[in-house]
Amino acid sequence: MRYSGFRVIAEALTGHKGWKPVWRDPAPQAEYDYIIIGGGGHGLATAYYLAKEFGQARIAVLEKGYLGGGNVGRNTTIIRSNYLLDGNEPFYEFSLKLWEGLEQDFNYNAMVSQRGIINLIHTDAQRDAFTRRANAMILHGADAEMLSREDVRKLYPWLNFDNARFPIKGAIAQRRGGTVRHDAVAWGYARGADMRGVDLIQNCEVTGMRIVGGRIQGVETSRGYIGAKKVGVAVAGSSSKVMAHAGMRLPIESHVLQAFVSEGLKPLIDGVMTFGAGHFYVSQSDKGGLVFGGDIDGYNSYAQRGNLPVIEDVAEGGMALMPAIGRVRLLRTWGGIMDMSMDGSPIIDKTHIEGLYFNGGWCYGGFKATPASGWCFAHLLANDRSHETAKAYRFDRFLKGLMIDEKGQGATPNLH
Amino acid sequence: MIIHHPILGPRDAQEFVYLGDAGLINRPDGMTAGIEAFHDYAYNRDNPAGEHRELWYHEQGDRSWLVVTRNTVTHEIKKVELARDVARAQGRSK
Amino acid sequence: MSQSHRIDGGQIDRSKTLRFTFDGLPYQGHPGDTLASALLANGVRLMGRSFKYHRPRGPLSSGSEEPNALVELRSGGRQEPNTRATVAELFDGLAANSQNRWPSLRFDALAINDRLNAFFAAGFYYKTFMWPKSFWEKLYEPIIRRAAGLGSVSREEDPDSYDKGFLHCDLLVIGAGPAGLMAALTAGRAGKRVILADEDFAFGGRLNAETYAVGQASGADWAAATVAELSSMPNVRLMARTTVLGAFDHGIYSAVERVSDHLAVPAVGKPRQVLWRIYSQRAILCGGATERPIAFENNDRPGIMLAGSLRAYANRWGVKAGERVAVFTNNDDGLRTAADLTAKGVEVVAVIDSRQGDEVIDTSGRLGLKSITVRDREGGTREVRVDALGVSGGWNPNVNIHSHHRSRPVWDATIAAFVPGADGPPGLLVAGSAAGVMSTHGALRTGRDAAIAALGLTGRADMPEAEDAPISITPLWHVTHGKGRAWIDQQNDVTVKDIKLAEQENFTSVEHMKRYTTLGMATDQGKTGNVIGLAIMAELTGRSIPETGTTMYRPPYTPVALGALAGRSRGKEFKPYRLTPSHHWAAEQGATFVEVGNWLRTQWVPKAGETEWRQSVDREVLATRKSVGICDVTTLGKIDIQGTDAGAFLDRVYANTFSTLPVGKCRYGLMLREDGIVFDDGTTARMGEHEYVMTTTTANAVTVFRHLEFCRQCLWPDMDVQLISTTEAWAQFSVAGPNARKLLQKVVDQDISDAAFPYMGAGNITVGGLRARLFRISFSGELAYEIAVPTRYGDALLRRLMEQGAEFDAIVYGTEALGVMRIEKGHVAGGELNGQSTALNMGLGKMVSKKKDSIGMVLSQREGLTDPNGYRLVGARPVDPKGKLTAGSHFLEIGAAPVAANDGGWLSSKVYSPHVGSDIALGYLKGGDQKIGQRMRAVNLVGGTETLVDIVSPHFVDPEGERLRG
Repeated sequence: MRYSGFRVIAEALTGHKGWKPVWRDPAPQAEYDYIIIGGGGHGLATAYYLAKEFGQARIAVLEKGYLGGGNVGRNTTIIRSNYLLDGNEPFYEFSLKLWEGLEQDFNYNAMVSQRGIINLIHTDAQRDAFTRRANAMILHGADAEMLSREDVRKLYPWLNFDNARFPIKGAIAQRRGGTVRHDAVAWGYARGADMRGVDLIQNCEVTGMRIVGGRIQGVETSRGYIGAKKVGVAVAGSSSKVMAHAGMRLPIESHVLQAFVSEGLKPLIDGVMTFGAGHFYVSQSDKGGLVFGGDIDGYNSYAQRGNLPVIEDVAEGGMALMPAIGRVRLLRTWGGIMDMSMDGSPIIDKTHIEGLYFNGGWCYGGFKATPASGWCFAHLLANDRSHETAKAYRFDRFLKGLMIDEKGQGATPNLH
Repeated sequence: MIIHHPILGPRDAQEFVYLGDAGLINRPDGMTAGIEAFHDYAYNRDNPAGEHRELWYHEQGDRSWLVVTRNTVTHEIKKVELARDVARAQGRSK
Repeated sequence: MSQSHRIDGGQIDRSKTLRFTFDGLPYQGHPGDTLASALLANGVRLMGRSFKYHRPRGPLSSGSEEPNALVELRSGGRQEPNTRATVAELFDGLAANSQNRWPSLRFDALAINDRLNAFFAAGFYYKTFMWPKSFWEKLYEPIIRRAAGLGSVSREEDPDSYDKGFLHCDLLVIGAGPAGLMAALTAGRAGKRVILADEDFAFGGRLNAETYAVGQASGADWAAATVAELSSMPNVRLMARTTVLGAFDHGIYSAVERVSDHLAVPAVGKPRQVLWRIYSQRAILCGGATERPIAFENNDRPGIMLAGSLRAYANRWGVKAGERVAVFTNNDDGLRTAADLTAKGVEVVAVIDSRQGDEVIDTSGRLGLKSITVRDREGGTREVRVDALGVSGGWNPNVNIHSHHRSRPVWDATIAAFVPGADGPPGLLVAGSAAGVMSTHGALRTGRDAAIAALGLTGRADMPEAEDAPISITPLWHVTHGKGRAWIDQQNDVTVKDIKLAEQENFTSVEHMKRYTTLGMATDQGKTGNVIGLAIMAELTGRSIPETGTTMYRPPYTPVALGALAGRSRGKEFKPYRLTPSHHWAAEQGATFVEVGNWLRTQWVPKAGETEWRQSVDREVLATRKSVGICDVTTLGKIDIQGTDAGAFLDRVYANTFSTLPVGKCRYGLMLREDGIVFDDGTTARMGEHEYVMTTTTANAVTVFRHLEFCRQCLWPDMDVQLISTTEAWAQFSVAGPNARKLLQKVVDQDISDAAFPYMGAGNITVGGLRARLFRISFSGELAYEIAVPTRYGDALLRRLMEQGAEFDAIVYGTEALGVMRIEKGHVAGGELNGQSTALNMGLGKMVSKKKDSIGMVLSQREGLTDPNGYRLVGARPVDPKGKLTAGSHFLEIGAAPVAANDGGWLSSKVYSPHVGSDIALGYLKGGDQKIGQRMRAVNLVGGTETLVDIVSPHFVDPEGERLRG
């Protein structure tokens, strides 16, 4: 069923009786060519592109809960490609280009809104580092601008310019950055994959992997054994748990990241903004809520909930930057589990087990990567070699000293 | 969270800085171990969902490094030890 | 205007009249009123508009669960959007305005959405607005954004202050209804430290809204007497207007106390609100229950409210919501409303009990209820003229806080509601209707028993008599008669049809339903609507309600002001300032300061006549290189390291060797992380056989110390080595320039001639008898020393140096000149010590000794970090001395296209060098050590500039080091 404005009008006039299920609920088959473990954004995108772009069939996505219930359903919806390093920037720029055509591609309005992102500058050293980054972005074909303090003041005159502990000295801007309605991304990919014959199997938890002679045979699940020629794991947050079924230890720790939304407000913030002197970033949803976040809680956790100090720290950053939001109320908090990797960058790679592939380590940057991650993982699964933009995301980069460490924090996941 | 410091009693976790898996105590000897052993030490983690022995540093306190046994699903803390005692018990010396 | 709907009774102080305005019109109320009760007393039912359809709305409730009656309270910097009129305490002069409507509340242009509702079904926006592609951001989204949102922010700074505090107790009681009061009384009489918190401004909970007796008194009087007794106990802290927001780990609860929201402005010196962090190993949730409505066609009109709220307005506030009232209920509790109102002399014209087969199937009245249509058990319908309707669909225990650790509530069919499940926060018990015990007697009993159980008390406190009626409810979630819309989530305009559409499209998991329809995502967080929505989904899918499950309950319990969460950390108080010992002297000179982490450092010190910063900085550099300059370097980290293994310890933590350093000398040290990347650098001096003093960079002072403690305690626990940070203990000044020695010799007590105190010398000295430390080290390339005295003498030392230095024209230089001189000398700093660079990158590869084990030694040898064509530190100078450089520019070969494949590296730091007479820069260049003498372009694409540069050695000044040793 194709979605369009005409369809919406036609259905409205006939009582919405014609809308079909956006996906089936198939029973698992005995065997597939491809099993994708994880029905979050990355897993669904992988299945979608595997079917659509790489011409593959007999694909299943196994999801232990509900589709889109992972971090694609609990994030701050930001997209951008403002990375510094050669290993990252081409990938995120590829992702941003896919975002730009996504809705037409999967015929679902995910509300891709290129409202621009600015990262505020508070020191000369930050300006130097951001200039280096802006130039790197442009060299990679992305867009970047440097804004002066006055440029920022024109955008948001009500920020704290005159009584700030850390004065605003400018910003790096990427106009093509912005936000996307996060749930719609999962649903759009799920619908597109289902339409192409992919079996999306919910409430199906993988409990084991059958590996014989160094080759994957299939997976044990809460709904029985399912055979597979190739298995791709895309379960960021739970990567260590799932890969332990294959006896693997990963360069990843699981950490909780809290995020926040305020009560709905009339438009206040047009774009996305990050505060360079505290842990705070913010945008405003189309519904009107301020969507914001800060640092991870900082200790290993699978609890999907955080603690009070981070909530206070984020609010302090918000008030330091925006003294006018003191009477705005925090409505909801939530916590997601992040795959914090050892250099802050992801992994999309084969494993030492034939037929078993891994996609994870997204830290808290996985949402913006969803389209390219799906595409590149599908490429790897279908062709057994890395996509050009993801070739740095190898397991062995740590052994070889080829880390992709944007923040320069080293093997300390909670600092990335 | 509240960490029961073996010397100082219950302290708010905000006084501490977190490092990670207590396996970081088991640093190989650089004169005998090679890149592979150091790679495994520095980069790979069990990252369990459940009981986790981990290092916390009492930065706004007595500067003790502690090994805290904490459940990563419930955040329940079972045991807190001085990291120095743990290191010695594991045979580390000079 | 008269209070046309005020009736007798209630807990308001009729002796005082409060004046207030709503949408500019004047009204009157009394102390004890909320904005909603006062407006209702004045006959005002229309208070807001819904989010999507802009439907006219009045209050649904009388508490914090309110979805409809949202207003903008106050104005200017105090403007407070989305304030629930049902909990806003009335004060004299209160001014409120309706929101999310244009041009007025009664005539709202966007009410057109209601007419067009067929086009605005759940999730319609996911299916359209895709063509043409460019129209989403240009047309559709801006329109949607303007239409959406609720209240507005003034954009002015909030003038009120907020505080934070910490509280400890033996028992935290959350909620002061019958269960909470009884729990607090039991624990208080046992002498335990008790905190009793309630979101309301009056204690008593439902006792204030009901007419039951407790013991010989009315419920409200019993509550008042109990509060009086609790007030007399020094071990009990009563916290009214205090909402417990969430349960965090290990018995930590957060709560916000609204200290001043009931006043026009906070009293002098008082905050608006206080965020409390309450530490209690034992707590009892006595948060009561929230009534839920029943979905039927047009069930959202002003005048239709929860039956219990209708009763509360009458009993507590002396307000009748209408002249002719009806009640629609599926349980006995709804009947109480009819009884209480009748007793108050309000005309109850109909009681529709669904258990008898009667239902309300439609209503009329655009801006307020005019009539209801009742379908009786025989199928006949009749229209009944009413202006208020109380609806009761049963009561949901407020399980929220008990579920904050992801405990799933369980279904209790006897009350047709979810009750707290297992695995709640450790130490948290639940009592009263929050636990599903709905009678007054049950609340009192379970409150008492929970306190006994929580604290291990012996004996049983007296229990007053109270009603103990059983629950009688036959669930009815929605009325199936009628084709129109029946609301579930009134604020977000989610109707039964939306749930049906979600089911039709297979959004059947409770999370999919929530996200697709937006059920429960409004400011009331679905307190009245969620359970109805999932019950209907259960019905549609043939699953049971418990199978369908609930979504997660998360903090905060009710929305909380960001100002309260931030407290005093805002404006200039966002972070503390660390001031250097020379700060006051510099301030006297009119110095410019710069934020360096939390430090405030002198950036430059202008002289009379200097109008532009570069004039000051150039002068400071030239004066230092010509004669002598002084710089406060106290911010560098300083760590004393002592013990018989101190030297061996340093050999392990530094890449180079320190055990061989002679006493009285210092050495540059390079510290790696375990991954082989440079962590920090600095000089370390050997002050005695077993005594070293380490300096770190300003930025890493804390992290280096932490790392050293890790090495000492965790890696080599038996090494005899002790550490202490002395960063704050010593004021340290760099004295640099050809006349540095001459100046210092005038100040210190010892001979510091080149022979007595050679290059890289270090020692304990005295300054006029005062203990001091002297290091002959240089960051500028000049003959230089760093001298340290106890911090409290820092200011005096600087003044002495300036006085004694007059004959040499001594100056003080700031961080800018410091940066210029270190770049002229080719020393790495922040821009180069970026956490991504190796010793090899910095041209310091040979410093990493392979003859000993040290942190980072092994992993620094990985192939990716030893690439012969990897980045190397170089200098860059414009070919044309007038040429400008920009830090962050990238190196490109001449003629190379500006694409990533040709990226040669970047300029990490840049300054104007008055010594060289042009801009100079340090940078990392691929294979840079082999490119000295070549020409390249320094390209700043983002600024649209590029400059031809010579690649040179990073040492622009005195590459042989002759000045240092002078």
